Amino acid sequence: MVTLSPPRPSARPDPGPRGLARRAGRFLRRPGSGLRRLAPLAWLGPALVLVGVVVIWPVVVMAQSSFQHIGGEGFVAGYNGTANYRHLFREPDFVDVLVRTLLWVVVVVAVTMLLGLGFAQLFHQRFPGRRVARWALIIPWAASVMMTALIFRWALDPNNGVINLFLHQVGLVNRLGSHQAYWLGEPSHAVAWMMAVAVFVSLPFTTYAILSGLQGIPDDVYEAAAIDGSTGLGAYLHITLPLLRPAIIVATLINVINVFNSFPIIWEMTRGGPGYQTSTSTIYMVDLKQGNVGESAAMSVINFALVIVVVVVYLSTTRWKDQVDR
Amino acid sequence: MRVSRARTALVAAAAYLIAIVFLLPYLEMVITAGRTKRELLDRNYFPTHFTFSNFTSLWSSGGLGGNILVSLEVAGGATLLALLVAIPAAYYTARHRFRGRTAFLLLVLATQMFQPAAMLVGLQREFTNFQLPSATLSLIIVNAGFNLAFAIWILNAFFSSIPVELEEAAQVDGLGRLGALCRITLPLAAPGIVTALIFTFISAWNEFLVALTLSLGSPAGSRPLTVAIDGYVGEYSTDWGHLFAGGLVATVPVIILFAVIERRVVSGLTAGAVK
Repeated sequence: MVTLSPPRPSARPDPGPRGLARRAGRFLRRPGSGLRRLAPLAWLGPALVLVGVVVIWPVVVMAQSSFQHIGGEGFVAGYNGTANYRHLFREPDFVDVLVRTLLWVVVVVAVTMLLGLGFAQLFHQRFPGRRVARWALIIPWAASVMMTALIFRWALDPNNGVINLFLHQVGLVNRLGSHQAYWLGEPSHAVAWMMAVAVFVSLPFTTYAILSGLQGIPDDVYEAAAIDGSTGLGAYLHITLPLLRPAIIVATLINVINVFNSFPIIWEMTRGGPGYQTSTSTIYMVDLKQGNVGESAAMSVINFALVIVVVVVYLSTTRWKDQVDR
Repeated sequence: MRVSRARTALVAAAAYLIAIVFLLPYLEMVITAGRTKRELLDRNYFPTHFTFSNFTSLWSSGGLGGNILVSLEVAGGATLLALLVAIPAAYYTARHRFRGRTAFLLLVLATQMFQPAAMLVGLQREFTNFQLPSATLSLIIVNAGFNLAFAIWILNAFFSSIPVELEEAAQVDGLGRLGALCRITLPLAAPGIVTALIFTFISAWNEFLVALTLSLGSPAGSRPLTVAIDGYVGEYSTDWGHLFAGGLVATVPVIILFAVIERRVVSGLTAGAVK
């Protein structure tokens, strides 16, 4: 590597045949070392191309489209500045949809995390049949969210859905087929039911993530705490929770991202309606796409920015880096 | 002793109750799939007859059978592509320290933060411009891309845990570097490969929104299963029996596959942060 300076023949004695060969070898290896520097590209190249095509380029196209006037057939009729954004901000439903999206994320993730902490604690105990019970918990995780949402839609059928049959039997629904039994037709009820379904499908991953965190806590930590007189709730608050922090942070983060973008639940249960009264930003974006692609792209950009803001705020408030660097 | 036995009983009872609540919706799916069209209107928990006609009609014309095959193609193709791309990348990053290694792994991790739903408009416009011969091909590429992060991270962890000495010994014994990779390292990393394989397959199989968007122009018979099922729901009177029969065929194998990899999925998903 030091041989970058030009050779000074006068200073060098005759290298002899072996020295020549060595020098030649070094010379010949030089293009080789250039190739070696490119070697990672051969191994990582396909992955980089795939990420570029599927993740990075769509973001560029999306941002670009948000400043374009795009006709119904996807035909681009030139740039139109911030018109898409201005149009979007003037939509009567825009603010409502954003507020509902934030509410949707906060409520679903908060309830999921709280229940997940409880479930994990429960399934961490030793009891006969634990393996089978844990298995049942996997099903909503493995099944497609869309199928689960459809099952709940069917079970909430106002005429003979099983949930309504049950609520009728226990006296919470007075008459089947009535307006009261039509849960998905009333926006506030529909949102509540859909939040419940979102919690239902998020709980398995959350529980398992916290469970794996719990399994990483050695028993002697508790033994030491017991000697100090800390047991039960005190031990949980002062020992378990702080040690679970990394697991909680990761689970919350993954849930935020999933719940923010969750589409199938609302799509299958209400299609975001009546009007846009049960839409979140993802549903709104998909719906706008039918009519105005440019405006839909603008909504996507805002959606995208929101996710990043939420993630950054969350990570900075939890001092995530300290955790990881430690 | 007494107290602890009572406590165990209480814990078990609570856990069983939760397990049952998590099973009930899928039980309802089974029950509904067994209802005849007329009994779909009955107000009862169980039908008086149980029929298999909803399952057999899946394979008749207009049934969901063809869509199941399309979903198999999409999920199988995406899995193959993701593994072909992920294995070399994961292997190289596990074995070599080079400039850009950390940046590469972080970039891959960052893609896990992105959901296809968030960039749907971009994906749609991009793939419309590509004009690939079929939506199936587009869906294979997209699904492979969005599951790459999981595959690379979990495989990287597995390759890192296999001692280099094993490969070196194989090379001394006359196997080339590629031979050592294929005969020694890959078999040892099999659990990781199986996990990545099943995980990618399941998430491509279950994916709905991108499938809905990119197969918009395809004929009904060549759309993935999730899209076909969604099409049923929009109709005037939804045939829930037929719909859930298709749903069951789509769900049961996936649950069994998932049970196989359950233990390793959590570590794969939380990989970037816990390490």
